[in-house]
Amino acid sequence: MKKTKPIALAAAGLLLTSVLAACGGGDDDTSTGGGGGGGSTAQNDALTKVVNASDKKGGTLRIALSDDFDSLDPGDTYAALQWNFSRLYARALVTFKPVPGTGNLELVPDLATDLGKPSDDGLSWTYTLRPGLKYDDGTPITSKDVKYAVERSNYSKQLQTGPKYFKQYLADPDKYKGPYDDKADFKSIETPDDSTVVFKLSKKFAEFDYLASMPQTAPVPKAKDKGLDYKKAVVSSGPYKIDAYAVGKSLSMSRNPSWDQASDPIRTALPDKIEVQLGQDANDIDNRLLSGGLDLDLAGVGVQVPAQGKILGNTDQKKLSDVSTGGTLSYLALNQTVAPLDNIHCRKAVAYATDKLAAQTAFGGPVTGGQIATTIVPSTVSGYVKADAYPSGPDNHGDVAKAKEELAACGKPNGFDIVMSARSDRPKEMQMQAGLQQGFARVGIKVTFKNAPFSDYITTLHASPDYIHKNKIGIIFTKWGADWPSGFGFLSQIVDSRAIKPSGNSNYQETKNPEVDKLLDQAAETPDKAAREKLYAQIDQTVMAEAGIVPLVYSSQLLYRPASLTNVYVSPAYSGMYDYVHLGVK
Amino acid sequence: MGVPRDPRGAHRSARPPPLFSFIIRRLLGAVGLLLIVSLVTFAIFFLLPRLAGASPDDLATKYVGKAPTAEAVAATKERLGLDDPFPIQYARYVKGIVVGQDYSNGPEVNHCPPPCLGYSFVNNEPVLPTLMDRAPVTLSLAVGAAVLWLIGGVSIGVLSALKRGTVLDRAAMAIALAGVSLPIYFTGLLSLAIFSYWLKIIPSTQYVNFKDDPLEWANHLSLAWITLAFLYAALYARLTRAGMLETLNEDYIRTARAKGLPERTVVVRHALRASLTPILTIFGLDLGLLLGGAVLTESTYSYAGLGTLSISSIEKGDLPMVMGVVLLATVFIVVASLIVDLLYAVVDPRVRLS
Repeated sequence: MKKTKPIALAAAGLLLTSVLAACGGGDDDTSTGGGGGGGSTAQNDALTKVVNASDKKGGTLRIALSDDFDSLDPGDTYAALQWNFSRLYARALVTFKPVPGTGNLELVPDLATDLGKPSDDGLSWTYTLRPGLKYDDGTPITSKDVKYAVERSNYSKQLQTGPKYFKQYLADPDKYKGPYDDKADFKSIETPDDSTVVFKLSKKFAEFDYLASMPQTAPVPKAKDKGLDYKKAVVSSGPYKIDAYAVGKSLSMSRNPSWDQASDPIRTALPDKIEVQLGQDANDIDNRLLSGGLDLDLAGVGVQVPAQGKILGNTDQKKLSDVSTGGTLSYLALNQTVAPLDNIHCRKAVAYATDKLAAQTAFGGPVTGGQIATTIVPSTVSGYVKADAYPSGPDNHGDVAKAKEELAACGKPNGFDIVMSARSDRPKEMQMQAGLQQGFARVGIKVTFKNAPFSDYITTLHASPDYIHKNKIGIIFTKWGADWPSGFGFLSQIVDSRAIKPSGNSNYQETKNPEVDKLLDQAAETPDKAAREKLYAQIDQTVMAEAGIVPLVYSSQLLYRPASLTNVYVSPAYSGMYDYVHLGVK
Repeated sequence: MGVPRDPRGAHRSARPPPLFSFIIRRLLGAVGLLLIVSLVTFAIFFLLPRLAGASPDDLATKYVGKAPTAEAVAATKERLGLDDPFPIQYARYVKGIVVGQDYSNGPEVNHCPPPCLGYSFVNNEPVLPTLMDRAPVTLSLAVGAAVLWLIGGVSIGVLSALKRGTVLDRAAMAIALAGVSLPIYFTGLLSLAIFSYWLKIIPSTQYVNFKDDPLEWANHLSLAWITLAFLYAALYARLTRAGMLETLNEDYIRTARAKGLPERTVVVRHALRASLTPILTIFGLDLGLLLGGAVLTESTYSYAGLGTLSISSIEKGDLPMVMGVVLLATVFIVVASLIVDLLYAVVDPRVRLS
């Protein structure tokens, strides 16, 4: 017995060592993972083509998510993943073309027969519903349900999670209070018959179709509406109906017997069932994806750091991955009211001295962190035009000589002291901040920090101009993604002076340029898409010229598609995650 | 030389313990304790931010999606009652517990029957049903692990004490040291890596209801039970060993042996019984704390229990849900210590229930 113990311990040690080696990734090309090897695909295939194209129906799509849905109610959600996923059970009037590549940014009719038809004065938009549409309980879908869906999501005081763009753009002379508290008919949405819905606007808005693509236009039958509890009793208009939803735990969906493929040119509805496990550990999700126990991570923001090593270090696994650009910009907002950044030359000095490579490295490098950014509008958003107002040198560490010139012009040749902020519960941002601090020190800009956790940062602290002024925070780090993939969707909340709010503000740098506001208004009234895109580029350049924003990286993510997943492609319209309406399983 | 202290001999002539009045008194004390805990927790969440300068608008802004317009903030502030003074908010909370609460979801008014712990600020779910939904997961995890660690830890401790100084003792104590030292997020992940991802013997994560399939319930929980039990068993083994070593040196043990009692009787009925009292105390507290949420274990194995609920609620600032978890955890600890006190009398008759 005395001899067996050390042997047993040694054996246990060997077992542990071998397991750790197996789990550690490295260059072991023999491991298959992903439920079946790399096949004939290559890394990044899903950026430009449909990977594992298939029309095989059946099977169960196994999905996991590290959190819960913000809401399953299409009228009360503001999460990109949910705007993508909800299309499996809630059809909006319009959606994005289900194809890979930039074609995905194009809008196509979904519940409607065509895109919206604007009136001659541009103040009303008309949509006609397809014939024969039904809910999962077999009752017909009418235009009144679309009207009701928009009313409840934008005007009721109960549903506050989603955006309020309809409320912003629809005419509302009587100050409608929503269908729960106001029994009067809301006159700004008309339903002349059961298949026609007309939206009356207070001002022209050429991108109204993007609003119609939001899940808020998915029909809700008034008789079945349970307000805040509707998320647990959603009536389906898509190919799947919700069988069971245990809040924070799981979601089960199966085919909607009333859905008719003939009425839906967008969806293929391949799997028989969709099972979503909620509240799962993010690393566990990755490990299960890699070992074939899952088909999809619904979050769509890429795998965690430990899994990145396993995927990038193994050629078979690497083939099953895609580096997608998320349509999100990480940037420094230079507050134009905080001295000495109220002087444009001091702001330009910061722009030139910014060590963008340090930021990129902190975020994970060019693959999982993102490409170095030089414009406000990211490359995957319509309206992007390549430009670089403040080149950061050949190695992207910043242009020290130019920064010193600007400091001299600002009257601070030896630099200045300034406060910088980032989200304290984001380790990568903390690393980025330290890297940038060193870069700024090269020209005498001494940075101190005033950070806060994400939830306070974006609501009551740094998103409040008062807080910024009181704490003299000149350099505010933030990330921004568009609500819809156009220059307007990206820019309107972050550079429009009228968007500055006492709390929950997104115009951190407090750009108050009448020219910018005018160009935004002009774009909203320009029906021609190409002409609008020119205006967006102009806005981008105007804000960059006054050095209000220092773009750092266009964030990217390492997505993983197990071999079991079919019909996979990256959707630029939905923040670079996979397009969820077409997925199937082998 | 002292008189042998046979625990069974003490207070043999005492009257039966006033069990009923003892339990009633403890339960009344528990209600008072719960009120104090609820007031302190409520003050931490609802009063301190106000004292620190946060306005009701600031608080409401956190519960309005990504675009907190002034209108949305005002509507949310009104819906959640954040504008009211602190005493009114607390009184409303306590009133909800006593008589229930009505709540509008928009088109309908829902009645939350007493004891109503309110509604989540984040997903509008009623707090108590959510807690009751999550509790079985934590209960299964904690009780299963507790059985394992109690049996494993105490047995190893006794064996170690009896075989003091042998390789068995040293190996057991070395493993115990490892168990105490290794964090659950290491042993948990390692066990998942070996048994779930690599060998694929045990399914990773996902809780199965006991009622649906008892075998799968145990199968899905087995890894977590063993991992959690490994941590606690190690501690219990060391405690039992120390207690046993001390007791085995007592005079009455020598006397028992001298009387010719079988060794098994000496060890189990005399030595172990006397060593169990401190173990029982710590067991009650450990189990009570775990029932309030095995945060790390539940997170590692992705169980939707009270631990993961409390973490996600704290992350999202879901104050009513955090309040609910705190109160339920208090109840568990109070009940566990009550049971421990009752068990004292069984294990050690010297203890009176008074």
